Amino acid sequence: MSVIILKDKCRGCRLCMKACPFDAIKMIEGKAAINYDKCTNCGACEASCKFEAILVEREEAKESADLSAYKGVWVFAEQRQGKLMFTSLELLGEGRKLADKLGVELSAVLLGHEIDNICEELIHYGADKVIYANHKLLQNYTTDGYTKVITNLVNEKKPEILIIGATNIGRDLAPRISARLNTGLTADCTKLDIDEEQRILLQTRPAFGGNIMATIITPKHRPQMSTVRPGVMKKLEIDMSRKGIVENVKIDLKQEDIRVNVEEIVKSAKQIVNLVDAHYIVSGGRGLGNPEGFKLIKELADALGGVVGSSRAAVDSGWISQDHQVGQTGKTVRPIVYIACGISGAIQHLAGMQNSDCIIAINKNPDAPIFSVSDYGIVGDLYKVVPMLIEEVKKLKEDN
Amino acid sequence: MNFNLTKEQEMVKTLMREFAEKEVKPIAADIDEEERFPRETVEKMARYAMMGIPFPKELGGAGGDTLSYIIAVEELSRVCGTTGVILSAHTSLGAHPIYQYGTEEQKEKYLKPLAEGKYLGAFGLTEPNAGTDAACQQTIAVLEGNHYVIDGSKVFITNGGESDIYIIFAMTDKAKGTRGISAFIVEKDFPGFSIGKIENKMGIRGSSTSELIFENCIVPKENLLGQEGKGFGIAMQTLDGGRIGIAAQALGIAQGALDECTKYMKERKQFGKPLAAFQGLQWMYADMATKVQAARFLVYNAAMKKDQKLPFATEAAMAKLFASETAMEVTTNAVQIHGGYGYIREYPIERMMRDAKITEIYEGTSQVQKMVIAANLLK
Amino acid sequence: MKIVVCIKQVPDTNEVRIDPKTGTLIREGVPSIINHDDKNALEEALQLKDKYEDVHITVLTMGPPQADVALRESLAMGADRAILVSDRAFAGSDTWATAKTLTAAVKKIGDYDIIFCGRQAIDGDTAQVGPQLAEDLGLPQITYVTHLEIEGNKVKAHRALEDGYEVLTTEMPCLLTTIKELNEPRYSSVRGIFEAYKEKTVEMWNAKDIAISLEETGLNSSPTNVRQTFTPSPKGQGMILEGNGRDTVSELLFKLSEKHLI
Repeated sequence: MSVIILKDKCRGCRLCMKACPFDAIKMIEGKAAINYDKCTNCGACEASCKFEAILVEREEAKESADLSAYKGVWVFAEQRQGKLMFTSLELLGEGRKLADKLGVELSAVLLGHEIDNICEELIHYGADKVIYANHKLLQNYTTDGYTKVITNLVNEKKPEILIIGATNIGRDLAPRISARLNTGLTADCTKLDIDEEQRILLQTRPAFGGNIMATIITPKHRPQMSTVRPGVMKKLEIDMSRKGIVENVKIDLKQEDIRVNVEEIVKSAKQIVNLVDAHYIVSGGRGLGNPEGFKLIKELADALGGVVGSSRAAVDSGWISQDHQVGQTGKTVRPIVYIACGISGAIQHLAGMQNSDCIIAINKNPDAPIFSVSDYGIVGDLYKVVPMLIEEVKKLKEDN
Repeated sequence: MNFNLTKEQEMVKTLMREFAEKEVKPIAADIDEEERFPRETVEKMARYAMMGIPFPKELGGAGGDTLSYIIAVEELSRVCGTTGVILSAHTSLGAHPIYQYGTEEQKEKYLKPLAEGKYLGAFGLTEPNAGTDAACQQTIAVLEGNHYVIDGSKVFITNGGESDIYIIFAMTDKAKGTRGISAFIVEKDFPGFSIGKIENKMGIRGSSTSELIFENCIVPKENLLGQEGKGFGIAMQTLDGGRIGIAAQALGIAQGALDECTKYMKERKQFGKPLAAFQGLQWMYADMATKVQAARFLVYNAAMKKDQKLPFATEAAMAKLFASETAMEVTTNAVQIHGGYGYIREYPIERMMRDAKITEIYEGTSQVQKMVIAANLLK
Repeated sequence: MKIVVCIKQVPDTNEVRIDPKTGTLIREGVPSIINHDDKNALEEALQLKDKYEDVHITVLTMGPPQADVALRESLAMGADRAILVSDRAFAGSDTWATAKTLTAAVKKIGDYDIIFCGRQAIDGDTAQVGPQLAEDLGLPQITYVTHLEIEGNKVKAHRALEDGYEVLTTEMPCLLTTIKELNEPRYSSVRGIFEAYKEKTVEMWNAKDIAISLEETGLNSSPTNVRQTFTPSPKGQGMILEGNGRDTVSELLFKLSEKHLI
């Protein structure tokens, strides 16, 4: 499997060089040449070539008896202290769609202790079946305990797809499970779909800072596993009339299986910044010039009844804590109105906010990339514009 | 001629750029405004072995070379001329003479803590009546048994009042003229040594520039640096090296101003297009960028000559002459490009222009550099 | 105490810009750096070395020969030993193949008490290699570490959650993944830079050296494959409102209220 340049077709136009996210193509004697140390076989060059001079050899998924033994879609239902995480509902919505396309059952896998009430909730939000592991040692999440129980269940029941929310816990658990099952795992997906012909999962995620999207498949291993970015998928409307099966599974778990002890769980005293659910977000970036600038940002956010976001540059500068960060490495948000102040629009920031309903950018630099995704742009000094905006918003709210 | 930096030098450059951006730039405007010596920066530089870059590890240094040290001064000066000169005066003028002329005991006792950054160093040659004409020293040192007694005063001493160790020049035999000058290592706590007036300056305002006063100052005999009567040679050779440091400071200031222009010209719009699109400014900018690069080659070349133990006095003088005049020209034009914003303290440009001027004056004025260059070439 | 720190050299994506005309990545002049979270991992190891005697730090990376610079920088920061695992056979490895390759390298290193990894790399953001390496080595893991204490053979760590943190304890040997909140990485020292190049070496190990078969690494052993990549269609540019005065702001709010957005 590799990328091949068809030298007779290559015109040396350099389009592939520009398209390569990994700097793996050079021109040698007027023809493209692949540096295989850097090439990841991603195929961006193939798509860019106008002369069909690039061939990416790929292995096709072969239907084998072994793989067809796997059936059904599983969603990991994450709960903390007996409360279901919101993300789990989003996963159920997405899982339902996938299961329907495949014509198979959707199961929620629920681990915990004495949380029977959650089982009904999972069914109301779309699960056909709840695989419920009720055990004292599963009360709190532990890597060892949860990995053991879930891998045993997978080996026994053989689902074809297992999706897990990309929360801090999900991202601790999923790679551990996939490694133990010797299967593939695609991180932080923003889109899932089914290739109905081949019956395989298409897992799409932003790559290279969101500049390209990559669709990833797991052709020869089962289950196909993904973690899914919270806030991206849509949950179903609750349907109290939905019926389903709750399967209480017997599990074999001993204290000595768990090598990391949970001594304490501390809820953060600081107010949680709920960017994901916010209708209005006002974000500040490096253009603020100093940490005090966020006071102004907060004032505008308060006037709108929204919350404060930030770019990674502002977080890296230590101006604001990381829980405010929007973007590839921060939160993905889709508020009604997103106001970017002094944010140039580095691609990793755009990746986290470009699905907002309405984007407003305020920036000194008219060429800032943020303007390319914004619905409305104001070129100017945010320290002049934002105070006026605050006044006008307040006035408008009073008039209403 | 090889203009490529070694991997070590590349990494020093990357390190100094990051250090300067994160630790030095954020306080540059404040220390200028408040005339505050950035003691905290000196301590941080000591922690990362930046205070003795060209000296061997055994002597407390980083085991590096002159060019790496020069790059450090350049990168610091790019964001803050003050910090650049503190390092330059300390390394080239305070520590280097001991490295070159000191005894093993003097190196152990003084160079080591200087190179480690535990002590800060300074250099006292200039007097009220002996500026460019450095031979006209009036400070005198008289040997009395096991010690010298020094009387007199020095002015415009960089790092004065902040330093722990001073290289001081004084007449041990007035009748012999320049051959009667000797160099001494003076600790700040020696009896009879005090700090006089601290100058209020136009630029490099965070650095300390002071008067040094010697009244029956007792200096142990073993603190004589080099031989008696060889002080003038020590001073001149030290200044040859120091000039590369000041040239690097000037280069850094010029590069900093140029970088500000690059940013501003793309951002600022007039008549509906960015400044970068106006040919009049493009030509000005192109000249600035070209001179900065030319200055860099002169400065690096002088440093490499020194590293290769080749004669470098002419190259150092050329580097300092050209780099300092480039710094003045580039910063002046940078203010012009920035218009009104270039003139106000909210932007760093006017500070860079004020900082640049001194590089044409200290460690030999531009006129002295021309004397040196011509004298060496017309020999 | 023997520590292994796994690092990755990455392009500084903060410096990556898009060409406004062509919409393509401007890669020219984008510096390669040590991944941020990995620097926190190294810093934590160095702090343990400052605090306790007999701490030995090995920095390990899998990457192309150019990753040498990242290892030299680690040495300049204070690491004792540096190993670059590099082989054309590793190309195209997904996270699981990478983890398996690192496992082979760690087994060759042999003796370790703690393995530190950064949580995730800024060019991939998967956060998978650390836990997969822990699984492959059969080690207990604590991810998202924001605070660490060592007492004898015991490790006590705070693990960040979205809404707080857990206090976790385990025993060495173990694998920990670190995040920004854990510490403030130090700079290299200038002395360290010259030592890194003049006195220390970067060991180069290929597939044969770590005794990994070609079925266990690279594309062939990666369960996931990239089927397709595409450029997300950027949202079309909206309206630039002229001016930046009061009228402009009023106009903006009028448009928002017209669309019932406010």
